[in-house]
Amino acid sequence: MIRQGALQRFRSHGDRPAGWWAFIVHRISGVALALFLPVHFWALGRALEGEAALDGFLRWTENPGVKVAEWGLVVLLAAHLTGGLRVLALEFLPWRDWQKSLAAVAAGISLLVAVFFLLAVR
Amino acid sequence: MSAARGSAGAAAAQAADFDRARVRTDAALWLLQRASAFVLAACVVVHLATIFYAIRSGLTAAAILARIHSSIAWPAFYAVFVVAAAVHAPIGLRAIAAEWTGFRGRVADLAAVAVGVALLALGLRAIWGLAA
Repeated sequence: MIRQGALQRFRSHGDRPAGWWAFIVHRISGVALALFLPVHFWALGRALEGEAALDGFLRWTENPGVKVAEWGLVVLLAAHLTGGLRVLALEFLPWRDWQKSLAAVAAGISLLVAVFFLLAVR
Repeated sequence: MSAARGSAGAAAAQAADFDRARVRTDAALWLLQRASAFVLAACVVVHLATIFYAIRSGLTAAAILARIHSSIAWPAFYAVFVVAAAVHAPIGLRAIAAEWTGFRGRVADLAAVAVGVALLALGLRAIWGLAA
């Protein structure tokens, strides 16, 4: 009998395995980022027309709707990064359970350091 | 009769060659996708940190241009970032198009190459605009 850990049960949702959700989020965020990328490059290319043109664009991004969309993009980027690291770990690392726990602890510490850093910068 | 069998054999051999070439292409693209992912993972971490820093200190064209002009390392970093993204995105889109819409084969491959070239051109143009 295969014993299912508490974490594994928590990560599963209904009859969809957790891996399926990770796969879908990774895929959708990837497509969204690929669609956004040309727009991002075009916007930054406004600098070719001078600092004023770029500033004009940046003023437009002060719009609350654009701000929300920007945060959505940052979240998509972070999600795609996380999902990608998961794929690389699955494919390249023949990890044992204790090593996975160690990685989780390291990720937690990194996140804490990042949060403290962000609070300090303010 | 034997001529017909011969031509069928040749066609089968040709199909096998074609399949082998596709498997090789897919394997090469898989490796390129992972190699670019390693580069992008590092770039995205730097990019996210820069985003947090930049919006806290006020996002203006002057601030962005000053940062990028401050060191050759910034344009160099963004050039690596753009090249890796231009490699990574079309390979992913090609795989998704094949799996979810059935769009595959030579036309799909050419479309993926076109997307990569377009991303590369747009990205390098933007860096040129910001760094020059």
